[in-house]
Order: sequence, then structure tokens, then C-alpha cells
Amino acid sequence: MNPEAARLRWKTWICTLIVVFSNAFGDFFMKRGLPESAQLSTPLEYVVALFQPWVALGVVLLIVWQMSRMALLSWADLSYVLPVTSVGYVLVALIGKVMLNEAITGRRWAGIVLIMAGVALVSCGSAPSTTHRKAASAGGSR
Amino acid sequence: MKWLLVALMVAATTAGEVLQAAGMRRHGEIHDFRPGAIGRALAVLARNRFVIGSVAAMAISFFAFMKLLSMTDLSFAVPVSAVTYVMETVLAKYLLKERVNGLRWAGAALVICGVTLVSL
Repeated sequence: MNPEAARLRWKTWICTLIVVFSNAFGDFFMKRGLPESAQLSTPLEYVVALFQPWVALGVVLLIVWQMSRMALLSWADLSYVLPVTSVGYVLVALIGKVMLNEAITGRRWAGIVLIMAGVALVSCGSAPSTTHRKAASAGGSR
Repeated sequence: MKWLLVALMVAATTAGEVLQAAGMRRHGEIHDFRPGAIGRALAVLARNRFVIGSVAAMAISFFAFMKLLSMTDLSFAVPVSAVTYVMETVLAKYLLKERVNGLRWAGAALVICGVTLVSL
């Protein structure tokens, strides 16, 4: 493997990890920060909730998620990004189980696995883009 | 109530992503990643009707997700949001006139089965 390809591979892996973890933990901190009693019935209550420390941390992580996802998409194909980042569904379930004590039944695990498989199929079934694509993205990350 | 929120979130996310794709396609590829150039690109994008619409839709989807999270388990709210893949496949076919092959429909069907299992 030439150095350029190796560098792209590392860059892709690191960026993918950031995308998956910032999304999963962003969702987790949002859930953590919103009290069960939150009514969220008026716009003001949403704004107040946004400034709860854990919710604010979650929002920051979700901003990191969108930014890192856009960066990753600028060189990697969507058909690579979708299936790889669908690992996040399992990560979120694990976080829910371990850190929030959510009960995850066998049925729910089976559903999560089906969703991952479905996302992988959706992306391998995508036709090549009809618009021109950059030669650089052809290297992708594989 | 909870399915109403799921429907709102999925519709808003899908609309946001389709509008974002349409807006970015009109703007054209971004080549220059220096801070000044990114600033100028953002200033142009801020006047793009599609981009404005996409930001509004994403905001609706975010607040619907917040409300949903306050009512349900994390391990319910996140997997059900995968219904967006199905909606996007349908819109890609009928709105963007993309060709959607059997494999992709099969994937969308699997996502639906998975979401059904998660929600039971």
C-alpha cells in the first residue's frame, strides 16, 4: 500500500469513529439531560431545556457529528458511509443498556440487527451517482 | 402521541436531507477549504432557498427528537428514526427520479421489519 493510500485509510477510520461516537454520545447526553418530568409543551420550555448542562453537551456533540459527517462525505462515498455508520445503532443500544439501564429484549436486538442489514442493503443497492464525481473519491476508503 | 412525533421527525428529516441535497447541487461542489472561502460559501448558501428550507426542516426534526427522547427509551427513539431510509428511497424514486433497484427496496423492507421488531 502506498503512503497516500495508507494516509487516506487512517483519515477515513478516524473520521468514521468520530462520526459514530459523536452521534451515539450526543443522543445519550440529550436523553440523560432531559428529565422524565420534562413537559416540553411550550417553545420556551424547549429553549430552557437546551441550556441544561447535559443537553447542551449533547447538542455540541451532535454539531460535531454533522460537521464530521459532512467532512467524511467530502471524500468517501455515501454507500460506504451509510453501512459503516449504522454500527451506531448497536452502540446506542449498548449505551442505553449499560448507562441508562434500559431493558433491551431479544426482539429489540433482532430489530436492531435487521435495521443494520437493511441500511447495508440500501447502500449496496444505490446506483452510481448520475452527476459527475471527483476522481479523488474513486479511491474512497476501501 | 409517540408515533405522531416519530412521523413528524421522519418527515422533517427526510425533507431536510432532500432539500439539502438539492440546495448543495445548485450551489455546486466546494473546492476551497480555506476559512475565508468557507465563510464566503456560507454567506452564499445562507441566501439559497433550498438551504434555508433544509435548516428549518432539520430544526423541526431536532425538536421532535428532543420531545420523543423525553418520553421514550433511547433504544427506542434512535432505531425508529431509521424509517428515514425508507422515506428517502421512496422520494429518490418519485421526486428525484432516481432508479431504485430491487436490492435497495429489499433493504428498505428490512429496515421496516427491524423498526417493527424494536417497537413491539
